[in-house]
Amino acid sequence: MSSIAAMTVSPREAERYEEKEFGFWLYLMSDAVIFALLFATYLIMVGNTAGGPTPKDVFSLERAAAETALLLLSSTTFGIAAVSLSAGERMKVLLWLAITFLLGAGFIVLEIGEFAGMIAEGARPQRSGFLSSFFTLVGTHGLHVSVGLIWILVMFGQVLFKGLTAPVASRFMRLGLFWHFLDIIWVVIFSVVYLPGLL
Amino acid sequence: METNAGIPIERTMKPYLIGIVLAVILTAIAFGIVATGALPRQTALVVIAALAVVQIFVHLRFFLHIDFKSTPRENLVALAFAVVLICIMVGGSLWIMFDLYHRMMV
Repeated sequence: MSSIAAMTVSPREAERYEEKEFGFWLYLMSDAVIFALLFATYLIMVGNTAGGPTPKDVFSLERAAAETALLLLSSTTFGIAAVSLSAGERMKVLLWLAITFLLGAGFIVLEIGEFAGMIAEGARPQRSGFLSSFFTLVGTHGLHVSVGLIWILVMFGQVLFKGLTAPVASRFMRLGLFWHFLDIIWVVIFSVVYLPGLL
Repeated sequence: METNAGIPIERTMKPYLIGIVLAVILTAIAFGIVATGALPRQTALVVIAALAVVQIFVHLRFFLHIDFKSTPRENLVALAFAVVLICIMVGGSLWIMFDLYHRMMV
């Protein structure tokens, strides 16, 4: 098989893939609503530091920039994997999926380091309303990225063992939607949490 | 982007390259404003918010490939519905809570 165009799928199967993508899209939209409410909570709580650390005390512009760079790059490398998949180049799909995984894992390592450092300095979630809402919002995003990493691993295995079949390609595209969606949430996180906090 | 049998076909890197270039520029401006402190606080907040909105559209268009031609209508309706919900819930929450805050300060 040289490309997806060569995949033969019956019209009924094709309809099923479209339905699945729509269902996944609905999930993403409801996830967006969850994040929107966590953002609203954060904006309401950000001033309530209860005499504890303020955003300026605990955020670092360099670390936020590094996390942003890793996520933006990983979205692009996933794009390369998607283009390779359409071209039917299995080895390239595996290579770029692996690079995407490493970039995402680098993001999670930085974030865990950030959280651990804050907790060590006494900026724990239970310290103030600001910190509770910060850990809930950014932690929920981190959890999503972690799930995305597991999904990338599963996808890697499927491409490796099942090859570029129609069901695998369909799942791959949904993983792409999820991964790029998380990037959008991160754009809002650095624009609402980190940058105003350090201004 | 074409679709084949319900699976999107992505033949070129072009949208991703345009997307990453625009995203990097927008992100760099936002971080640059904070790093240099070039703008007064209020102006800076407005500019950062505006950059974020533009960047969301860039990501939707070039990474998620949302457009008015190839994206199924139901997906666009779901997206529009989510945006309306988000505006009502986030806008409403902030309005009520900050109104309450100012009334209790007086």
